[in-house]
Amino acid sequence: MKRQKRGVPEGLWQRCPGCQNVIFRKEAERRLNICPECEHHFYVSAQERIRQVLDEGTFEEWDQALVPTDPLEFKDRKKRYSERLQAEQLRTGLSDAAVTGAGMIRARRVAFGVTDSAFIMGSMGSVVGERLTRLIERAGREQLPLIIISGSGGGARMHEGILSLMQMAKVSAALAQYDQLGGLFISVLTNPTMGGVAASFASLGDLVLAEPKALIGFAGPRTIKNTIHIELPKGFQTSEFLLEHGFVDRIVTRQRLKSEIAQLIDYCGK
Amino acid sequence: MDSKRSLSFEQPIHELQQRIDLLQENEPDSADRTEEIRNLKRQLATVTEQVFKNLSAWQTVEVARHEKRPHTADYLRLVCDEFVELHGDRNFGDDQAIRSGFAKIEQYKVMMIGHQKGRTYKERSACYFGCAHPEGYRKAMAKMQLAAKYQIPVVTLIDTPGAYPGIGAEERGQAWVIAENMYEMSRLRTPIICVVIGEGGSGGALGLGVGDRIAMLEHSYYSVISPEGCAGILWKSHEFKETAAEALRFTSANLKRLGVIDDIIEEPLGGAHQDHQQTSLSLKEYLVRVLRDLVPRSMDEIIASRYEKFRRMGVFLEDPASVNPPEQGSA
Ligand SMILES: [Zn+2]
Repeated sequence: MKRQKRGVPEGLWQRCPGCQNVIFRKEAERRLNICPECEHHFYVSAQERIRQVLDEGTFEEWDQALVPTDPLEFKDRKKRYSERLQAEQLRTGLSDAAVTGAGMIRARRVAFGVTDSAFIMGSMGSVVGERLTRLIERAGREQLPLIIISGSGGGARMHEGILSLMQMAKVSAALAQYDQLGGLFISVLTNPTMGGVAASFASLGDLVLAEPKALIGFAGPRTIKNTIHIELPKGFQTSEFLLEHGFVDRIVTRQRLKSEIAQLIDYCGK
Repeated sequence: MDSKRSLSFEQPIHELQQRIDLLQENEPDSADRTEEIRNLKRQLATVTEQVFKNLSAWQTVEVARHEKRPHTADYLRLVCDEFVELHGDRNFGDDQAIRSGFAKIEQYKVMMIGHQKGRTYKERSACYFGCAHPEGYRKAMAKMQLAAKYQIPVVTLIDTPGAYPGIGAEERGQAWVIAENMYEMSRLRTPIICVVIGEGGSGGALGLGVGDRIAMLEHSYYSVISPEGCAGILWKSHEFKETAAEALRFTSANLKRLGVIDDIIEEPLGGAHQDHQQTSLSLKEYLVRVLRDLVPRSMDEIIASRYEKFRRMGVFLEDPASVNPPEQGSA
């Protein structure tokens, strides 16, 4: 897979949304894109995730051949969905928001998927749903542990209408079958994991891990605010909020993610 | 029809009906009157058919949300020969936005589960206008698992603008319960029939939406997002709700074409709100027909074809020249 450009603007310096400090970008990148001042976890691309979590050079990509199309001939205020897809593909170097395949985590072979929040907000349309479903099915056949790292502010992708909604059911059904086969699924939630992605594969892990301070939830904060007309409590819909309410097993920093996944796989005897 | 309660595009229908009513009430009986009424009734049928066969996507939404449209509570009364309501999720509470219970439909025992919208203001606010909280989805799953234990088929009636967006709902795991319901429904060992009776609002609908047969009443809609929500995000203004409604292609005819639903249940001329009895009869006939087909089948066959049904969903392209790395040590 080629990447021409990153999903975030280039520049030597960036302002950290966590502490408002201006951070030397190279310094953050050296530290897995974590703010050196406040540990805020910045966005990382799918490619970067693969480098951070899998052993070097072990990733083999699956189902690259799947490409999105525009089944509804959807056109919004600005552009056709087909044009949007092309633009996003050019900008991110990805064919769609999910990258799937296999690789090693500290010498343990795993089925691995990641959604990139830079591609139409990491939303799930037919290709994301199909890639994940094939990943899950193959993990079942090859008896591999399954790791999916989600980053999706978009949930189910509007531009593919009902077909996107149905991907939630498809992926969830595949996970139920994988569970029946005794598979181990570790779901890692990163900033942001919302809507139809949160309400399907992301929350169905045997183990659910979350990066610190990620935004995770079903309804978007603005939708909630517009419905109930009161200020939302501080820290609402964060990883820490979900841990407190019992929906996340562990909050894991990016530095520890790889070793914790390896450790958890060993506990489950896979 | 009460004019205050009719939709703008129902006006011509409403006016004809009024003329017929006036003649019937005020004119003395005569051959002329009979003839005129007969003519007007013929016109009424033609106009109604014209309007309802050509509803725009947005008009469909208006019909689906019509305040006189039959709700789950009406079908429980009109479709079921008996209904024994079962409450609560055994965990947090009894969400009024989901009704559930044992029912009899002709010779079949079923578990009925449906979103409830309410009709009076008091009822509507008690069930948050049909928007369920996590305890509603847990209640539904608890009753489905009870049904599966005794091989009782499940019928779900879907009618919700969406799952409730609120603080408590997020605290109690709205995303988690919807995911879990799809997960468990995909492998629930009893037949499941899902019918969208009004609004099929996104994840909140899908939380009751995984089954062996998916049907929609003709003028209901089933969508990834509400037209207003979509317009707000992609058109930056709710005013584009009609454009968004068209773009989302969420009417029953569209969903049938896309292979997402199996069947469309026809509504009486003028929409389900014109005739609750007739709509209920059609729904009942449909359910009996599908139950007759599903009940004799083996559970393994049912589960396998339910999986296949959802497995096929989605539209994408695939380059046949590109191949995957070979599979390893398959089980
Ligand atoms: Zn910082």
